[in-house]
Amino acid sequence: MYDKGKIIPGLIVFVGLVTFPIWYGLATTAGPLPNPEKPTNAKECVEPVEFMRSSHMVLLNEWRDNIVRSGGTRKGTTADGTEYVRSLQKGCMNCHTSKKKFCDECHTYAAVNPYCWDCHIQPKETN
Amino acid sequence: MDNSRRKFLKIAGLSAIAGIGAPTAFNGLLKGEAFASSAPSGGGGHGSEKAPTGKRYGFAIDIKKFASDKDLAQRCVNACHSTHNVPDFGNNKDGSKNRKDEIKWIWAEKFEHTFPDHSHYKKNEQLQETPILTLCNHCDNPPCVRACPTQATFKNSDGLVLMDFHRCIGCRFCMAACPYGARSFNWRSPRELDASGNYKYIKNPNPDFPTRMRGVVEKCNMCAERLAEGKLPACVEAAASSEAIVFGDLNDSHSPVSQVLKEKFTIQRKPALGTKPSIFYII
Ligand code: SF4
Ligand code: SF4
Ligand code: SF4
Repeated sequence: MYDKGKIIPGLIVFVGLVTFPIWYGLATTAGPLPNPEKPTNAKECVEPVEFMRSSHMVLLNEWRDNIVRSGGTRKGTTADGTEYVRSLQKGCMNCHTSKKKFCDECHTYAAVNPYCWDCHIQPKETN
Repeated sequence: MDNSRRKFLKIAGLSAIAGIGAPTAFNGLLKGEAFASSAPSGGGGHGSEKAPTGKRYGFAIDIKKFASDKDLAQRCVNACHSTHNVPDFGNNKDGSKNRKDEIKWIWAEKFEHTFPDHSHYKKNEQLQETPILTLCNHCDNPPCVRACPTQATFKNSDGLVLMDFHRCIGCRFCMAACPYGARSFNWRSPRELDASGNYKYIKNPNPDFPTRMRGVVEKCNMCAERLAEGKLPACVEAAASSEAIVFGDLNDSHSPVSQVLKEKFTIQRKPALGTKPSIFYII
């Protein structure tokens, strides 16, 4: 084989460069994990935490369709019997009082841009 | 010759028989159409109506109360618009009202414009000068609902014609279909900010109600969100001291509005169109 001394190191460098993102990802972390602020005035959310984490947007759509279209109730109760309002503005944000410290925390991390707040009014940020 | 005349007569006879049958078939089609719609069939705007089913919320607006208190109409408008974060785009540079961008859920109109199909010849002057409150009629047979391609506009089980703003694509078919001008389109964002970061066109936003965004249509929702909490509509509440607007279920003969309608002479807007408005005016 001609130019063995150039081709083999060249190949090694090439493979190294191409797989760089994988090495880099393994060696470093993707930044700090999001840490949404927990409310202090309530212990339990309307559904278990895993469900809320993965499917809160589905729940919000269900609330909307049920209330707006089918005349569904606006009140709900958590498993431990606490009453809440089935509403983003009047329910969720009643406990999670800061959009910045709660919603944005994960949405920014996951680079998603929901359009809730194009119309719904977010609570006043206190600081 | 004879043969063809014979044929001709046969065909003519058959056609005549078919002709007699046709109206019934046609009526059948009409009935099917009526079932498909949400309204009871027949009667038009002036005639009698079928026995109602379900709820149908409506108003009786007492025009005389607005004649004696000229500010009352504006107070009702303010109550509605501040409750529902309806933007006020103010006036044009030349001082005229900004009609193009204007968003209104309820507004005051002249008698002749509210009731264009009534004769205004020699009508009494007071009537002509009284501001008449106009809003969505929550029609029992609403053309806007039929026109909406996305079902963003629909009729709910309380007889309210409502909108799901999430679904509205801003095609404005409903605006073309509504014969009362009850709908407004957001040509521009209602949420423009001023220098200090507050909404420029919504003075004291109600944190319990959303705003809208550019590109959707909006209109009076008969305060569905307040009714759900057992409250009266905001405009009815604003006029409560003089009882200028009576609210209730038109299908319940004991409701306040039904009681008033039984006693007083009332008119509806453009009844001949057959939209069956749920807003009545006591003249
Ligand atoms: S007044 Fe207009 S917007 Fe309201 S229900 Fe009737 S047609 Fe629809
Ligand atoms: S503008 Fe919106 S509400 Fe009106 S017809 Fe189109 S989608 Fe329906
Ligand atoms: S019923 Fe409610 S939404 Fe409709 S005009 Fe009155 S205050 Fe506004």
